[in-house]
Amino acid sequence: MALNPCQPLSGDGLTEMARVNRLDAARMFMSAGNGHFGSCYSCTEIITALYFSIMRIDAANPDWPDRDRFIMGKGHAAPTLYSALIRRGFMPEEWMDQYEKAVGVRLMTHPSRRYQPGVDVSQGSLGHGLSIGVGMALAGKLDWRNYNVYVLMGDGETNEGSVWEAAASASKFGLRNLVGIIDSNGLCVDGNLADVMPMEPMAAKWQAFGWDVSRLDGHDLPALLSALAPDRESTTGKPRMIIADTIKGKGVSFMENVRSWHADSISAEQYSRLVAELEERVA
Amino acid sequence: MSRPRMKTSAMIASIAAEGQRTVSAPFGHTLVRLAADRPEIVGMTADLGKYTDLHVFSAVYPDRFYQMGMAEQLLFGAAAGMAREGFMPFATTYAVFASRRAYDFIYMAIAEDQLNVKIVCALPGLTTGYGPSHQATEDLAIFRGVPNLTIVDPCDALEIEQATEAITEHAGPVYMRLLRGNVPLVLDEYSYKFELGKAKLIRDGSDVVFISSGLMTMRTLEAAEFLKADHIDAGVLHVSTIKPLDEVALLAEIRKPGRLIVIVENHNLIGGLGEAVMASSMRNGVMGRIRHIGLPDAFLDAGALPTLHDRYGISTNCLVSQVKAWL
Repeated sequence: MALNPCQPLSGDGLTEMARVNRLDAARMFMSAGNGHFGSCYSCTEIITALYFSIMRIDAANPDWPDRDRFIMGKGHAAPTLYSALIRRGFMPEEWMDQYEKAVGVRLMTHPSRRYQPGVDVSQGSLGHGLSIGVGMALAGKLDWRNYNVYVLMGDGETNEGSVWEAAASASKFGLRNLVGIIDSNGLCVDGNLADVMPMEPMAAKWQAFGWDVSRLDGHDLPALLSALAPDRESTTGKPRMIIADTIKGKGVSFMENVRSWHADSISAEQYSRLVAELEERVA
Repeated sequence: MSRPRMKTSAMIASIAAEGQRTVSAPFGHTLVRLAADRPEIVGMTADLGKYTDLHVFSAVYPDRFYQMGMAEQLLFGAAAGMAREGFMPFATTYAVFASRRAYDFIYMAIAEDQLNVKIVCALPGLTTGYGPSHQATEDLAIFRGVPNLTIVDPCDALEIEQATEAITEHAGPVYMRLLRGNVPLVLDEYSYKFELGKAKLIRDGSDVVFISSGLMTMRTLEAAEFLKADHIDAGVLHVSTIKPLDEVALLAEIRKPGRLIVIVENHNLIGGLGEAVMASSMRNGVMGRIRHIGLPDAFLDAGALPTLHDRYGISTNCLVSQVKAWL
């Protein structure tokens, strides 16, 4: 398959792209010697669905005013985004092998608009994304543009009070052009989110804040496509929240639901196993 | 039974002295004037439109005004988002809330990306008697450490009008300390013209030179007049752009021999204009006889503002007697 598709993908094409995305992230982490595997692999399908089917974007024109915007609230999962931007043609593939290699390379731990074409907002400090997204969605309304703003957050990130400041405001301003996605993998740095600071019932919370909420399996591409589909004619006036139940480290047996793989170093042997497992999927 | 209405001048935020000429809401009216030709200007506040004079703007441009509620992180995050899309948000709140509650958003979401957000904050330094929760005595210390951020501390209504216009023409994030309500008018008598990044010698003096910013320049100008009556010739160098600092103008004044240099600021002695000037002076090997007047490194008392200014040594009378003691 072409790795720089200009047209939206569907079905097997998307599944294959998700597999490529996981391999790309591992390739970047091998370049660096370590990385946020778990956090990347829980949102692989979400990013793949957005960048290869849902979002209106143009690699030849990264600042196209009518493009859909994406904010990587959980900025530490940047390699998943980098892979999507590279495979969509926003950035050259060679950059992957320089990931975190030296000061001055383009791809670093967190997305940066200064160095990476296609990145809409620099991120890294959790809890900023949704507030910035509110501002971009307000701007879209004031400008009479019909782009959507997609904000991906970690479930642990919703511990931040700023998320709820933004939640209330998106509802107040009727930001139907704002779509939040929570990568609900249930794990954060110090343990299970349910122990660290429980956020359930999440759907009820967002509903109470005035959002249209759907909850789905975050690795189920058809379900993601249907929930994320642009609803540019929506008249409910409500922002949308998609709670995606995911598995941290999804796709690699020895990483799935293992907390230490939030961020860890990887050996050559582990890397070979990872590649073998992901290659097996094709067969 | 109704309780007696509380009467305390701690509640009065105006810094105008009795009988002083004032201008009402200079920031709000200037913003309205500028917004007519600049459709990219939007106003945003965190439930303090009324006390940052942004209500003047919202009354004229309700469609370009965003009430974000008591949520300063959202205020500055959303301002960053709007600026990212080409708008020029004027985001207002009290200086304590911008600096203490929303710092990470200002640092990362606004300044790191050099976004064109104008952060305009009332109650800078000791301009309220409400106590430490509302007294932003360390706002400059906090914001001076933010790369890309321009910091302005205007003196009076005239300068607020001119500075508001100037920061609109400047592409990039700005933090401006705001005097609101009935704001004293002083600098029109000195043919003053604000220039972003420039310190201005408002009056020259052969015995003493005050280096002051913000409303302290009102006080140093008054103090210079009192000192004149005692045959002490005092000048005033007004430094309304705190960052970037106009080192050329500062060093030129400090370098002139035989004069006492008195830095006066409405801020904690730590981290504000005084330390900035003295560090610049030392870096450049320019030594003068420098003294420093500012607020103590302490949680200040609540109470009537004039009393507090006397207590903490930044009233005109305090400046005059302190200078005399040093001479």
